[in-house]
Amino acid sequence: MDWVELFISAGFWAATLRIAAPLIFGTIGELICERAGVLNLGIEGIMTMGAMAGWMWVFQGGSLWGAVLFAAMVGGMFGLLHAILTVHLGLSQHVSGIGITLLASSLSYFLFRMLLPNTTTPPKITSFQPLDIPFLSDLRFFGEAFFSHTALTYLALAIIPIAIYLLYRTPIGLATRMAGENPVALEAQGINVLMIRTGAVIVGSAMMAIGGAYITISAFDAFFFDMINGRGWICIALVIFASWKPGRALFGALLFAGLDAFQVRAQQLAGGDIPYQFFLMLPYLLSIGAMIIISKRMQYPQALLVPFRRGDRI
Amino acid sequence: MANLKISNVTKKFGPLTANDNVSLEVSEGEVVALLGENGAGKTTLMNILFGHYVADEGEVEIDGIKLPAGSTDAAIRAGLGMVHQHFTLAENMSVLENIMLGTESLWSLKSTVARSRRKLENLSNEYNLHVDPDAGISELSVGERQRVEILKVLYRGARILILDEPTAVLTPAETDQLLANLKMMVAKGMSIIFISHKLHEVLAISDRVTVLRHGAMVGEIETRNADKAILAEMMVGRKVTRPKAEVMEPGSIVLELENINVAGKDKATDLLSNVSLNIRESEIVAIAGVAGNGQRELAELLSGLRPWDSGEFKYRGEVVSKADANEFLKMGFGRIPEDRHHTGTVGEMSVWENLLSENLRKSPFWKFGTLIDFSAHRKKAAELIEQFDIRCSSMDTPARLLSGGNMQKLILARTLTADPKFVLANQPVRGLDEGAIAFVHEQLLAARTNGAGILLISEDLDEIFSIADRVGVIYHGHISQLLNVRKTDIQQIGAMMGGDMKAVA
Repeated sequence: MDWVELFISAGFWAATLRIAAPLIFGTIGELICERAGVLNLGIEGIMTMGAMAGWMWVFQGGSLWGAVLFAAMVGGMFGLLHAILTVHLGLSQHVSGIGITLLASSLSYFLFRMLLPNTTTPPKITSFQPLDIPFLSDLRFFGEAFFSHTALTYLALAIIPIAIYLLYRTPIGLATRMAGENPVALEAQGINVLMIRTGAVIVGSAMMAIGGAYITISAFDAFFFDMINGRGWICIALVIFASWKPGRALFGALLFAGLDAFQVRAQQLAGGDIPYQFFLMLPYLLSIGAMIIISKRMQYPQALLVPFRRGDRI
Repeated sequence: MANLKISNVTKKFGPLTANDNVSLEVSEGEVVALLGENGAGKTTLMNILFGHYVADEGEVEIDGIKLPAGSTDAAIRAGLGMVHQHFTLAENMSVLENIMLGTESLWSLKSTVARSRRKLENLSNEYNLHVDPDAGISELSVGERQRVEILKVLYRGARILILDEPTAVLTPAETDQLLANLKMMVAKGMSIIFISHKLHEVLAISDRVTVLRHGAMVGEIETRNADKAILAEMMVGRKVTRPKAEVMEPGSIVLELENINVAGKDKATDLLSNVSLNIRESEIVAIAGVAGNGQRELAELLSGLRPWDSGEFKYRGEVVSKADANEFLKMGFGRIPEDRHHTGTVGEMSVWENLLSENLRKSPFWKFGTLIDFSAHRKKAAELIEQFDIRCSSMDTPARLLSGGNMQKLILARTLTADPKFVLANQPVRGLDEGAIAFVHEQLLAARTNGAGILLISEDLDEIFSIADRVGVIYHGHISQLLNVRKTDIQQIGAMMGGDMKAVA
């Protein structure tokens, strides 16, 4: 009986959306990079940096939306770094990405310590508050589950259709997808492959950073160490799970977030009978299972990980 | 007045001069053939013209206006269109998407899909190039993909069309269709640069032929004054004649396949389906076909690299139970793989190591059962280099530095010195120049005289008709009945390559 109640409680659904939002930003960001042919393993670090930058902006007295823009800008700069290394210099995307993750996370913690050398309890900021939507927020169940969220959560949901439109309905989206499928085709049509890929990595990284900022300025109201806690890696897996399609990425993010919301509640329900670590493991275990099932039908971008060099001997 | 003018173009890649002071003019409505062997610099010249490469010296003018170097976009806007040798299409995308790419401003917020589709349909009808705009590229045949490439160029309003080896991947019937289409475009006022090393096509389509050799222009001739012999000599620089097979009495059956099936990854389609064939001693059996019809799987099967699902595999009367490359080698199989660079040689290893890598465990190259006998090994390598005329600076040169022809000689030397009973020759002359082709054919014919049974997989019908004894056609994993080469002709085999198996008499 308790288990059924869990799924029909508004709190469970609200938590699912809240957990999914940063994953959506990160996954769509990663998806844009990979669609253009560049794997971005810097995501974990860029999200940490975004979390740090967003929080810092507000802590220093800036506005919340200013913080979102600032985080995006900082993320975009790390994206530019990744693009210079992998797109322009053609270095290993794996090595560069891991390097950026290490650099960006350490730099975030370093800046935090520089700013607050002696604090043990991270100071709180005023974060995004739930929007009060007339009529809808007052609905029973639905009001609490789906219409009691912050503006940034609704933005996360809005970027899915925007990403779909841009990727599939505009010339720049076509060029981006082509950069990940066959860059030579772009080159042959007179479009600069390096420019398209660089642009995609910058935009994608900016979105990852917004995902990171969501954690500090919408989900919580402070910055502390290990806050991103592997969310970036989950986004990498979600992109594969989604077969590089934004619509499916939304589904994947909600599924994973639902599992995560479930495990927290299941821990309490199960009491001490099952060690809580088992529940912590559940979402990851099920993600691996899902990946195994879909791996056979995977259609990945043909030119993912393949550097493009202009004027090389063909 | 010349429509297109290339003047004094020079391009170097490191120590290699790919283009040496080349000039070329093309007028409106004219078809100029650019003839030359592989590596003569034809593609490099066109890539400079199209802005993919920047020339070290020289310039390109269209209608008297100089093209900026290294800008493909400018070349396209000036009216140039290029159909590349390797198609520049994305397989996971639709025909329409591939064609629309680059035709709209990147910053426009909306694609004009409906209008583009209408424009494409009008072009298709006007030039008689039909293809479904919504089909994915991966569903299309090679001939259809080429049509998409040509449509792409027409869509952008090209007036000068460059075709780089356009017939290399086509069946004879598709080639005829292409040539007919090109003639129609010329009649509408388009100029064409047709790059090829196939003499009969050049003679059929062009008004004028320009010949490149080792990067330099060696001659120009009006097509009506030319014939095959004249062009061949201009292209190669000397008279070369390919050897022809003498009739020989074949011996007993060396290798026999009976109803062999190899299932695809998804188990729904067969890569090889009920394949039956036999090869006798002192005989060359050719398998003709357009690339991608199961040749690779057949070659892997006969190299011991791919297991089969059902059917019988017999070697000299004995049943072979499983695919085992090492065992096949010991039994006397010789292999000339399709891809010289990746499967034929180990590029970073030296010529002498590559020469004996298949004979490693044979005495006298093996010492105490564990060690390589260096001196015996190197002595044998020196002999082979001499015997097969492998041009390399020393036997310690890494194999990747050899030219295509010399790399193939290395593989031939390694394979034939083991005195194989059966030889698999997969596209043995692809990408080689005339001199090297003649050498490879002589060596294969010599092995045949020595009693070897040879299976030749080839897309080149001239090759098949000059050295093979029997020929079968592979199409969608099926292999036709084997026909006597001396009792069939190119038209019949060509029709079968296009899928018309009924052409089997």
